[in-house]
Amino acid sequence: MSKQAQHWEKTRGLLIVTLAIWFVFSIGIFLFGAEMESVGGPFGYPLTYWFTCQGSLGIFVILIFWFANRQEKIDEEFGFSEKGDD
Amino acid sequence: MIKGNFIDNLPKVYGIYTGGFLAFIVIMAISEQMGMTAKAIGIAFVAFTVAIYAIIGYLSRTAQADAYYVAGRQVPTVFNGMATAADWMSGASFVAMAGGIYFKGYGYMALLVGWTGGYVLVASLLAPYLRKFGCYTVPDFIGTRYGGNLSRFLAVVVLTVASFTYVTAQINATGTIASVALDIPFQYAVYVGLVSILLCSMLGGMRGVTWTQVAQYIVLIIAYLLPVFWISNKMGAGFFPHFMLADEVARIADLEAQFGLGTVTNSAADLATVPKGLAGITKAHSAVNATPWAFISLALAMMMGTASLPHVMMRYFTTPSVKAARKSVGWSLFFIFLLYSSAPMLATLSKLSLIDPNLATGIIGKSISEVQAIDWYQNWNQANLMFVSDFNGNGTLELNEFFMGGKAVVLATPEIAGLPYVISGLVAAGGMAAAMSTADGLILAIANALSHDLYYKIIDPKAETAKRLVVARVLLVVIGFAGATIAAMEIQGILGSVIWAFDFAMSGLFFPLVLGVWWKRANREGAIAGMALGLASGMGYLIWVRNGGSGFLGITQLTFGIFGSAVSLVSMVVVSLMTSEPDAATQKMVDEVRVPAGKSILGKH
Repeated sequence: MSKQAQHWEKTRGLLIVTLAIWFVFSIGIFLFGAEMESVGGPFGYPLTYWFTCQGSLGIFVILIFWFANRQEKIDEEFGFSEKGDD
Repeated sequence: MIKGNFIDNLPKVYGIYTGGFLAFIVIMAISEQMGMTAKAIGIAFVAFTVAIYAIIGYLSRTAQADAYYVAGRQVPTVFNGMATAADWMSGASFVAMAGGIYFKGYGYMALLVGWTGGYVLVASLLAPYLRKFGCYTVPDFIGTRYGGNLSRFLAVVVLTVASFTYVTAQINATGTIASVALDIPFQYAVYVGLVSILLCSMLGGMRGVTWTQVAQYIVLIIAYLLPVFWISNKMGAGFFPHFMLADEVARIADLEAQFGLGTVTNSAADLATVPKGLAGITKAHSAVNATPWAFISLALAMMMGTASLPHVMMRYFTTPSVKAARKSVGWSLFFIFLLYSSAPMLATLSKLSLIDPNLATGIIGKSISEVQAIDWYQNWNQANLMFVSDFNGNGTLELNEFFMGGKAVVLATPEIAGLPYVISGLVAAGGMAAAMSTADGLILAIANALSHDLYYKIIDPKAETAKRLVVARVLLVVIGFAGATIAAMEIQGILGSVIWAFDFAMSGLFFPLVLGVWWKRANREGAIAGMALGLASGMGYLIWVRNGGSGFLGITQLTFGIFGSAVSLVSMVVVSLMTSEPDAATQKMVDEVRVPAGKSILGKH
């Protein structure tokens, strides 16, 4: 398998993991909105309420930075990273 | 200061700017104590901030295509994040979001999840690859990846339909704020707003818009957060509201039960006396009040729409590199998160300060005549944003007898909580900044697509740079005036048309963009079918439901993009597989897009 094909395979793997986490916190948990309601969440908010106000939103922010770092590592591994700084 | 190594000096320049703005707020606060009128403070805030944006727009003037279309591709990640956040957060986010949460609770918060979760799709599926492509506009990517004038033209059509739907709402919002702050009729205020918008973008194109959007972000985030923290501290709810309002949220739920929310309802005849546009509290504040599918379908439509809206995508064309584009998406969402996570807190504080009888500001349970004598009630009643009526004739104000406009949550809460007027002036400047920055991004997206893709690439490929930029600027003005004219007619609400824009964009563009990168087999015929049938079916569904159609699968006029994009996906895959695969050159191009290193496909960067 060529270097490029390997790079793309890893990139695609990272995409699948990223989208899986995204799916859980944007769609998955809200299938159980009513069930999570009586559960206490962080800072004492009802859990469903907390996810819609802060939880899911904050997880998305962290997820994107995590994704960006992982992708950069993959690019470096195959020598496909750009030269110079951002 | 602005020339030479301007980019290296950015933190210093915007640091000084932020300090200057804070100093201006302090000066206004002192002037208020010394007797400056509320009206003069409002005018000073709006005029001062708009003048600064105009100066930045003038200093960023340019005659180079690269600077005009993509800000020279040298905007650092964090600053591009701020600019994107301002580009993204519209008048609707700033003025209407907290109100939506206040009145509709959980069901509305699907928008919060959708408008943030979409950025994960932007970062992982699209932004870095489109940056590597090196295009000027989104149709530029479609036109080059799939080839042919028809695919490029269809992308321009989808972009224009979605962005134009969105921009009239933004010009409407600038007009509303300008008319209140400057005390002039709405029909004229719309054009005052428009001229302010054009001052930022006309001379400098994307470069001017970038540096004004950063300035606008700083104004709008200060204007949003300062009142939230202030009110929370004043009420004794906690010095950091985001982590400390659990008791207040629980208290609202108790009061809802005590006041008989959902059990005491108004007769249709009583409701008919309530002024149009005002609503009462009829939904629980924090409890789940929507079915899973209603919540998820709305969130999903907003997420896919986010990843298809051209004015957001083109912000990532301005970063220096592919990896900078990825990081920049993270920063964008961080800056958006600061405001979005505060909106539910503002809604909580606002609601509690009005309905809690234990608080001095609470009005429920007081006598009607007492409430009608309050200064702020009279002001906002006059502005047609507040209304009370003694339906049951007991002389006391009940929860179901109090009505408010959605905008009042952001605009009136500082005054209700007893903050000085300087805060209300600040909030007006923030709303203006939010609406202007989004309108600028949208008008520029449309004008650039028409000038670059329609005029330069399709009509006159030999046109010189100077001529292209003249065409781009003329189009900017024409589109702006067209938008303002429609906005002045006031035919649609702000929030509804914003949501439609997302649905239009995802119907026509989501799958042609994503599959262009992730599916090598996607070809021109497939993309054309995907864009044309996707947009047509989405629009058809909307018209059908608007005219009394029953809809299916619970897809409403707010989520019709789910149907449109499904049609788009199916038709694109089927047609692509039925026709021949893309030629070798195109396949090689896709391979190159997938690798960050090396030259971009189109340009020299």
